[in-house]
Amino acid sequence: MWQPFPWERASIAAILESVQKLLASAGPDADSAASLLPEPFAGWFAQRGWSPRPHQLALIEKAQANRSTLLIAPTGAGKTLAGFLPSLVELSAQNRRRNASVREGPHTLYISPLKALAVDIARNLETPVAEMDLPITMETRTGDTPQNRRKRQKENPPDILLTTAEQVALLVSQPDAERFFSELKVVIVDELHSIVTSKRGDLLSLGIARLRKHAPSMRTVGLSATVAHPDDLRGWLEPQSGDAPTLADLVVVKGGAKPDVSILKSDARVPWSGHMTRWALPDIYNLIKAHRTSLVFVNTRSQAEMLFHELWRMNEDTLPIALHHGSLDRQQRRRVEAAMADNKLRAVVCTSTLDLGIDWGDVDLVIHVGAPKGASRLAQRIGRANHRMDEPSKAILVPSNRFEVMECQAALDASYLGHQDTPPVREGSLDVLAQHVLGCAVAAPFDAVELFDELSSAYPYRTLDWETFERVVDFAATGGYALRAYERFAKIRRRKDGLWRITHPRIAQQYRLNFGTIVEVPNLAVRLVGKRGNTLTRGGRVLGQIEEYFLNTLTPGDTFLFSGQCLRLEGIRDNDALVTKSQMKEPKIPYYGGSKFPLTTYLATVVRGMLADPSGRDHLPTQVRDWLDLQAERSRLPARGELLVETFPRGKRHYIVAYPFEGRLAHQTLGMLLTRRLERMRLKPMGYVASDYALAIWGLGDFSAAFDGSKRVKGRTMADLFSEDLLGDDLDEWLAQSILMKRTFRACAEIAQLIERRHPGKEKTGRQVTISTDLVYDVLRSHEPDHILLRATWADAATGLLDIRRLGDMLSRVKGDIIHQPLTKISPLAVPIMLEIGKEIIVGEASDALLAEAADALVAEAMGDDEGGDEGDEMAEAIGKGIG
Amino acid sequence: MSAENQRAFGMAAMGAFSLPGPKQAADPARHQGPDPRPEARRAFVAGMDALLDHSGALYWPAQHTLVVSDLHLETGSSYARTGQMLPPYDSAVTLARLAEVTSHYAPRRIISLGDSFHDPFGAERLSPENVATLMAIIGNAEIIWITGNHDQASAARFGGEAHDEYSLAGVTYRHIPTEGDVHSPEVAGHLHPVARVPMRGRMVRRRAFVGCALRLVMPAFGCLTGGSCLSATTQGTVLADP
Repeated sequence: MWQPFPWERASIAAILESVQKLLASAGPDADSAASLLPEPFAGWFAQRGWSPRPHQLALIEKAQANRSTLLIAPTGAGKTLAGFLPSLVELSAQNRRRNASVREGPHTLYISPLKALAVDIARNLETPVAEMDLPITMETRTGDTPQNRRKRQKENPPDILLTTAEQVALLVSQPDAERFFSELKVVIVDELHSIVTSKRGDLLSLGIARLRKHAPSMRTVGLSATVAHPDDLRGWLEPQSGDAPTLADLVVVKGGAKPDVSILKSDARVPWSGHMTRWALPDIYNLIKAHRTSLVFVNTRSQAEMLFHELWRMNEDTLPIALHHGSLDRQQRRRVEAAMADNKLRAVVCTSTLDLGIDWGDVDLVIHVGAPKGASRLAQRIGRANHRMDEPSKAILVPSNRFEVMECQAALDASYLGHQDTPPVREGSLDVLAQHVLGCAVAAPFDAVELFDELSSAYPYRTLDWETFERVVDFAATGGYALRAYERFAKIRRRKDGLWRITHPRIAQQYRLNFGTIVEVPNLAVRLVGKRGNTLTRGGRVLGQIEEYFLNTLTPGDTFLFSGQCLRLEGIRDNDALVTKSQMKEPKIPYYGGSKFPLTTYLATVVRGMLADPSGRDHLPTQVRDWLDLQAERSRLPARGELLVETFPRGKRHYIVAYPFEGRLAHQTLGMLLTRRLERMRLKPMGYVASDYALAIWGLGDFSAAFDGSKRVKGRTMADLFSEDLLGDDLDEWLAQSILMKRTFRACAEIAQLIERRHPGKEKTGRQVTISTDLVYDVLRSHEPDHILLRATWADAATGLLDIRRLGDMLSRVKGDIIHQPLTKISPLAVPIMLEIGKEIIVGEASDALLAEAADALVAEAMGDDEGGDEGDEMAEAIGKGIG
Repeated sequence: MSAENQRAFGMAAMGAFSLPGPKQAADPARHQGPDPRPEARRAFVAGMDALLDHSGALYWPAQHTLVVSDLHLETGSSYARTGQMLPPYDSAVTLARLAEVTSHYAPRRIISLGDSFHDPFGAERLSPENVATLMAIIGNAEIIWITGNHDQASAARFGGEAHDEYSLAGVTYRHIPTEGDVHSPEVAGHLHPVARVPMRGRMVRRRAFVGCALRLVMPAFGCLTGGSCLSATTQGTVLADP
């Protein structure tokens, strides 16, 4: 029994269809298909009743013309085979001609964003190579490849080397790189759309620029999902010089069947606030029961933990439901992946760790719990179901709260329109550049001018200027300080021949121990220990890793969910967080860290459009529509382009609630800046809370009166509060202490190799003092604020954890369109964000009940009518019932 | 400082030394020497009636003595030797802080409790400007350099005496705290204690004095010197500036 390619599992009907398409298409016709695909390939395809797809032939054609090419295709289109086919064809002809002579290095380099994916692809490629008996060798090389095999790969290189971006950086930094890559013809970059949005992409682009130097005639192939700006990716694949970008050729496979996506229809009420989606648990469970295998995607690790925990609490049929996220122990993750591939599981609750291309068995349903956050992101996740191109993927969206209902609807519309909102290609970061410059010196002495030309040929660095480059080199040499104190300790130095070289072999060793762009946030192992009386037992099983930042906010005795269990923190010893099993059903600490993507600008615009235009709300559930109608009546709904800012008193406090819809990160930064400004205005702000949609600030000053343009300060309005100069001194001052900024700096310092990485295990030997990057940041900021590393940190902060750029765009967009709505009480639209305030205060076992109570009270207030209208009370009652 | 360290050094029961209430602190009869700065707290600790300054220094008015620990001068250049180019400004910052404290208290005696330099050659690398600052700080005061595990008494080139340990009015000053119980007052450094305390609903990490009536572990004074966290109770600790 033959095993089909996972990426070639098209049904017979679909194959016939694609043959017809092939005959009808303007691309290579059937005759040229025959000429493009020689034996034994043509025979092999025919033997299986397959015919090559047009894009697969197109790529062979591009290869023959030696054109770099970007292939954009939906999941299941046979993208990877298309990428490899030209190399297989070329190599089989070439290798038959030459007599088993040893090559200097690989012909084809395949680069994957995931180790596991490289291994998976290699396994899948072995089948056709074996079946056609092709004289082609291929091997994988990842961080896990043993030293002796790496050595052998150098001495006797395979035709095709499958590897990762990190390994490319390592390979080009080796002294024999020039020889090793002298025969390189093709570089295939898989999942290009995903890699270009990260620092790994920056590093890889520099690595490829270097490969091009060793193998000037090589071509590149990018394999990508559908993206918003294909030209960026085409540019990324080509060397750049001058102003107009050089673009690779483009081959696009039009999407297969439209996905079958819907929003969960439930009898339960959608709650006002929260991210835990408890309201829909029975529905989710029933969906899992009704399908063969479901992938349940959530946005954060904590949501994954919670959902997994709750599903098992109601799992009366003991369905095999598993959990998969980045913090879990690696072995445990591998077990889940293996069980999934063998179709032994009915559902996996997972985070973005399962976003990328590995094939996970026969998934027939994707359940997306929580907000989709981006149209393209959702489309990718949906593509994980039914990994074949010509059948529709089935997906169901489960919003956690009312704002998310709108966001889900927006994403749903986008998925039918095929709209893409992938993030743009990054501007190359300077910390990565610094690392690469050092790597270049480790490989061979370099001439600065030549290196500058090479680096600026990489797409992310095409606008690099000479002065910045010089500072980066200076940084790599001595830290780049104005106080030139470290000349004698320089790592690289310019010699009399004008070439820069490393000053000691130790530098090369250090570089290899510290290269790469994946910065582990400081983690502690979570170790499950026993307890006898008051003493903890030694040893115990490691359940996984948790960010030190999160653990630092806990005190012993606190309980939290991890690895699907409720755990009690007993204490921290060395690099272990010691925990015991807790008998409590509800953890005391509701969340722990994990990434949270802000919603994309595109979805935000669509959601704002729904608020502005009543016809855009037609598809929303009645309860959400009624809520918005009531908002229009009690306060107002912002028109297109407006920023609505409400102020109202409640209890002894006054509130400002704004609705920018720019994502939690930007809102948090905004909240901090506004709070400082309000403080200076002596309006006594006390705190703020941000969600993806809104921002609430509370305080003692009368905000309604303060900004009505007459009373306290004549002419002062809300527009003054939100003016663009917020991003000036206040921001600078705050950044000095911001913990987020310090986290960002730490990552930059490690990548730029200012400090050595913490190597797990190593730190236990010897009592070595680890450097506190927070302290380094403080000193650097006060003494050399324009240091190159602070520039890199700032660039990261602008788009990363602080999202300053988006905030700046918003402030300039709404200028002149800020609508201040003073109210006597809380508005319906404000209820969700006001409940977020409650959540931060209320912790502990009774939280759900208390939260429901708080919601009832707030809803009653928002909906209640002082003049005694029954309608509002009814509404409040009706909606109130739906909570908790 | 790990829980094991705390046990090893007999400090499991922290909080044994009391911080005086505001009334007691304001009692002029018990004061000698300069007023405590607003940034200082008075405490009866390790046999001293002392002012714990938020800079991380200790001033003992009765003996006109200022104690600082773990200056770790030339930390930046020490790392630079091994290829980690930390900012070369740490000595200047640390010395500026020290200058501020000494100019306030005007001590007659300064005790540096060991690890004054980050490595044995740090003293040679100190720049001429920083040497001048250090000499100005010492001025006419008597300076005692306790030998630490990092610096091997190399600081004595700047004058004063180098000692492995030093006794003053019944209090012993040494770099590494004695393991187990002590029977006479002891002040030490070496462990770089840091405490986590709740502040505005969040846990905040700060350098800390840790001790009781009989003994004290001083926070590190050096501006690039990290710390190790107390994992038990944080009662009875006084926080220094970050």
